[in-house]
Amino acid sequence: MSNTYRDSCGAGLENEEEFVDILEERRRSSDLGHALRTFSPHPYKGAESCSNADLNKAVLESQYLRYMAKEIAAETGSSVEEVREEACEILEEMSQNLQLKCIRLMGFTMTKVLKRLYSGIFVNMEGLNMLQQSIQEHPVILMPNHRSYMDFLIISYIMFTYDIPMPFIAAGIPLSGMKLVGELLRRSGAFFIRRAIGSDKLYWAVLSEYVRTIVKTGIAPLEFYVEGLRSRTLKSVMPKLGMMHMVMEPFFKGEVYDITLIPISISYDRVLEESLLAHELLGIPKLKESTMALLKASKVLQEDYGSMHVNFGRPMSVRHLCEGKINRCQYNLVPRDLPQKPSAEVQACVSWLANLMVRVQEEGSVMGPWALMACLLLQAPTIVLTEEGLPWQELTDKTLWLRKLALDFGARLNWPSGQGQAPDTDVMSSTVALHGSVVNRKAGRVFLVQEKEPVRNRPISPEEEMISTAAAVLMLASYRNMSLHIFVRPALLVTALHITKTTQKDELLAFFCFLQDVFSNEFIFIPGNSSQDFEEACFLLKKCGAVHVSEQEVTVSDAGLEVLSFLQALLQPFIDSYQVIFRYLCENEAHVYAEKQFLTAVRNLATELILSGELHTYEALSSDTHKNVLSALQRLDTVTKSRASEQNEYTVNKAAVRRIDDVLSGKIPPQMLHTTPEAKL
Amino acid sequence: MASNSSGGSDRQRVAQQRLRIITGHLQGREDGDSTIIAAECKAEGSQTDVSREEGKTVPRRRQEIMKWNGWGYSDTKFLFNKKGQAEFTGKRYRLSGMIIPALKEWFEGTFGASLQHKSPAAPVLNSGAVQPPTLNEAFLEELKSTGIPFSHDAEDRVYRAHGHCLHEIFALREGKVGRVPDMVVWPNCHDDVVKIVELACKHDVCLIPYGGGTSVSSGLECPTEETRCIVSVDTSQMNRILWIDEKNLTAHVEAGIVGQDLERLLNESGYCTGHEPDSMEFSSLGGWVATRASGMKKNIYGNIEDLVVHVKMVTPQGVIEKSCRGPRMSTGPDIHHFIMGSEGTLGMVTEVTMKIRPMPEYQKYGSVVFPNFEQGVACLREVAKQRCAPASIRLMDNEQFKFGHALKPQVSSMFTSFLDGLKKFYITKFKGFDPDRLCVATLLFEGGREKVLQHEKQVYDIAAKFGGLAAGEDNGQRGYMLTFVIAYLRDLGMEYYVIGESFETSVPWDRVLDICRNVKARIIGECKNKGVQFQPLSTCRVTQTYDTGACVYFYFAFNYRGLSDPVHVYEQVERAAREEILANGGSLSHHHGVGKLRKEWMRETVSNVGMGMLQSVKDYVDPKNIFGNRNLL
Repeated sequence: MSNTYRDSCGAGLENEEEFVDILEERRRSSDLGHALRTFSPHPYKGAESCSNADLNKAVLESQYLRYMAKEIAAETGSSVEEVREEACEILEEMSQNLQLKCIRLMGFTMTKVLKRLYSGIFVNMEGLNMLQQSIQEHPVILMPNHRSYMDFLIISYIMFTYDIPMPFIAAGIPLSGMKLVGELLRRSGAFFIRRAIGSDKLYWAVLSEYVRTIVKTGIAPLEFYVEGLRSRTLKSVMPKLGMMHMVMEPFFKGEVYDITLIPISISYDRVLEESLLAHELLGIPKLKESTMALLKASKVLQEDYGSMHVNFGRPMSVRHLCEGKINRCQYNLVPRDLPQKPSAEVQACVSWLANLMVRVQEEGSVMGPWALMACLLLQAPTIVLTEEGLPWQELTDKTLWLRKLALDFGARLNWPSGQGQAPDTDVMSSTVALHGSVVNRKAGRVFLVQEKEPVRNRPISPEEEMISTAAAVLMLASYRNMSLHIFVRPALLVTALHITKTTQKDELLAFFCFLQDVFSNEFIFIPGNSSQDFEEACFLLKKCGAVHVSEQEVTVSDAGLEVLSFLQALLQPFIDSYQVIFRYLCENEAHVYAEKQFLTAVRNLATELILSGELHTYEALSSDTHKNVLSALQRLDTVTKSRASEQNEYTVNKAAVRRIDDVLSGKIPPQMLHTTPEAKL
Repeated sequence: MASNSSGGSDRQRVAQQRLRIITGHLQGREDGDSTIIAAECKAEGSQTDVSREEGKTVPRRRQEIMKWNGWGYSDTKFLFNKKGQAEFTGKRYRLSGMIIPALKEWFEGTFGASLQHKSPAAPVLNSGAVQPPTLNEAFLEELKSTGIPFSHDAEDRVYRAHGHCLHEIFALREGKVGRVPDMVVWPNCHDDVVKIVELACKHDVCLIPYGGGTSVSSGLECPTEETRCIVSVDTSQMNRILWIDEKNLTAHVEAGIVGQDLERLLNESGYCTGHEPDSMEFSSLGGWVATRASGMKKNIYGNIEDLVVHVKMVTPQGVIEKSCRGPRMSTGPDIHHFIMGSEGTLGMVTEVTMKIRPMPEYQKYGSVVFPNFEQGVACLREVAKQRCAPASIRLMDNEQFKFGHALKPQVSSMFTSFLDGLKKFYITKFKGFDPDRLCVATLLFEGGREKVLQHEKQVYDIAAKFGGLAAGEDNGQRGYMLTFVIAYLRDLGMEYYVIGESFETSVPWDRVLDICRNVKARIIGECKNKGVQFQPLSTCRVTQTYDTGACVYFYFAFNYRGLSDPVHVYEQVERAAREEILANGGSLSHHHGVGKLRKEWMRETVSNVGMGMLQSVKDYVDPKNIFGNRNLL
């Protein structure tokens, strides 16, 4: 299964091909000239020429919407006209209004901004050329990862520069509410989707028809984030399936011959909103997206953000990917215009594909020295980082060691060839300098940067101090997360070895699967791919000499202790954080929690434990972790969610949670996992 | 009313035009006899081999007039003459003896083929390559006593061992012969068939009915695993119209008659069946019934299931037939539907009572050019919706339009070519049609003159709403000609490393465009994947319209230079194309049937229970698998 995409269309850029800095030319020639360039893209050959108004009309007049309007009218008791009127309004709120004029304006502004922020924007030309080809052949879906607001228009900017048709971009509705900016985005091709659509049938109907029509007619490439939202942690987010399904449906139903998916990996040396995100994770509410907020944030524009890599992956044919996975005959007996609940087969296929895309995005992402350094910094006790500092020499030595390991594991590293006598040291020095917001280097030691509190009369409370440390740690954790996909599979195996103390391969596999099950909101795995993941982990650990692998056994090698302890420590914060929450759920008397109450309680508990020195990871404070635990427990059927009055409530099956906790702490031997069927959680 | 007495009038000329395309090589009788005609079975083994029995096309020895390794008459073929111009030999067709100047360029341009690269066929059938027959002596002895003519001559057997699938013809051209029938018998009438079937049951002999030999479903292929003596039962001598009933407008006909004879003989009496499958020159009435055939004028006359009033079939259990000729019956499932489409697995159709119609007073071809295929399909859909389809309406895609255009014979006058140029200018420049996107619908109207003209206007008015422009009778007629000469063209291609085939499906209206696009694209994609080095020809036409859907016909051909096993590649691509058809909501077959070529998909097509039903009928009717061609199930 895993190999289907690798054979022919993996993201692989095995032969390290050229990344070209597209800002270089902008620095040399006129920005205005660029904005006013002749734009002559080669569109999809089957595309019907169709204005934005035509597109909206086609959507509203579609058989599907007519049918849905009737059905909804019958259900709600309103008239069909009223429903259609409402559909019309939804569409108005949603639809893009791409205009070249606006693209030019945006292009001009962006050139200015990008030049200020980034030392370079590196794009792989081969990927871009393949994209240019693909666009002419089949409808194309651009699927970037989402790490920063910056992602939003960068693809369009590149497409404009290289004469590729401008995409329509799925965006969150809050953006449309921003004065002026919303309209600008709309005219740059953005269309806006509400959050939490829930069971709003009409909204789903309009949205899905809109998306399908774009794909079917191929009037423009469609760009959307399969992760659904911007990752707050710079880690991949579990993909959302709704949009993915809408996009795929025209292929399933034979309305297009094929659809081409273009995975795009955008990687940043330094993310614009790093501190904002860390605070958000600590429960300091996110600023509402508004134009004023954007202007206020403009001070971030004064800083240096290093470079950005945009890696256009190899085009992937949906037809090829779905071969043998979907029996398209299932659509034969019902008119294709009518709503049809997707079969289990279709759902599985869509989910598989979405996860696959995330994996390919991960494989295509480029990480710099900072991601490696962040891993290592986080493994030092926080107190060391805040008080005495980590010796620079130790950090650099360790980083170089880790670089080798990462390369062994197949990482795509952006390690500039520095100048001077010790080029590698220079690279690391400038990396640390770039991330002055997180760490600083003083007297041969590296310290975590604490936020400067406004001078006050009263002393800073321990809690306040902790928040400021936590913000820095979470920023560091985010940068570490950029490298997690490289290490996570071997790290899971190492964790399995460590917890179970067994060497039996089948037991290790069982535990490995268990860990994947528990942490699959944290790290993205392709469903049904566990055995291959396990094999991959064995292979990589063997490759770097950390373990011996035989037919039956995996044994630790003496030479591999450094690798093993690094990998184990890499996942420890996740395990610790999960266990804190598990224990909270088990030991507390209540069975039912309101969402808010739960989140506050968990955060307070974690704060307490950290202050008392019982818990060593600040990541337990991250709301992302809390939400992931809840989702994981729901997925594992140990917690059920219900909607009570204003907010969600969670009912906990304590025995089941306790069992997971026991397995995770090694109290239940892996044989039990293996033998009892219900152990497969 | 119909009459065909006085030739010469304009109206009459047009009415006869189409028939002349097909049967122009034969001399029809001047006058018809419009009384009930009766004929009797004259089964005599000693009867001499009258190959030219008046009005009958197919002799007992097919080799006298037909190719052994290609389509149709021996004297008729396409070739590139010394000047490199394409030419159609013989005198049988309208196109015969003509130079077709544009064909070479089209051929070379479309396939990347070259006249320098030839792939000639084995010149003669080497009888040595044919396995000696496995004869069932007891059966043979008893058969001799009946006086029914038979043969185990190698040529006779090879002729009846194949239909016209690409792999069958390709093998013959290479001189390769697989399992062939061990003998051929020529029953002369229903009773002969009864005797043959009885003897076969008695001696456990495998029978394979053979009509016109035009199967494209591997239906005539002898199962390799068959160890019994295989007897090919050739119905070609059962070719009489036994009676015509003018009061009820039916004709009772022996099943071996081929389409062109049936039409011509009926025409002599002022009637027609109107059933004109593209293979009608050679395919037989029994074959039509056994495969659920469809005729191009089904919009007026209906498909075979609409035309059949009564059928007689000889099975190992005896003769199956209905007791009356009522036009419709509510007597349980229609037993005709066990017979129609049984593909020779249950028994032999021997006699059929068919509907007949007075010959049409007036016929007129027509054509409409559309700016693109989408518009064309929309127009056909509208025509079907308004239920005003002409006798035939077909929509060719752009590639097929160009193909048809390449078959234009040399024009005789400067004026015609000037007119053509003007027409082209008008359509492409003035009306702005893209020559690489436009497509053509061909039309055939039939009926009373007034009605035809009225009908024509109605159809052209609809076409205009979809951007269609009337493009003349000539284009229309040439479109139909293409379907009659396509099989000859395939033989030409095979001389130059080009192999190809056609296949068909039926599909609901809303899927027509999607299936056309996807199947064509799949063919091109698969060819690429399988290492075909040249762009294939992948084209389609919507060839029949129904209330709820249409029949789509695909042509697919490619230049196989550089491939070690072209037939295997071809079969893989065709298989993929069929998968694509099914995935896009198309049927397994609209009229070619299943045979052995498509039976792997039967179960998913008719469900497990459906298969069980069919199997139980087979088990009852033919428990010893006497009719052992192994088609369908």
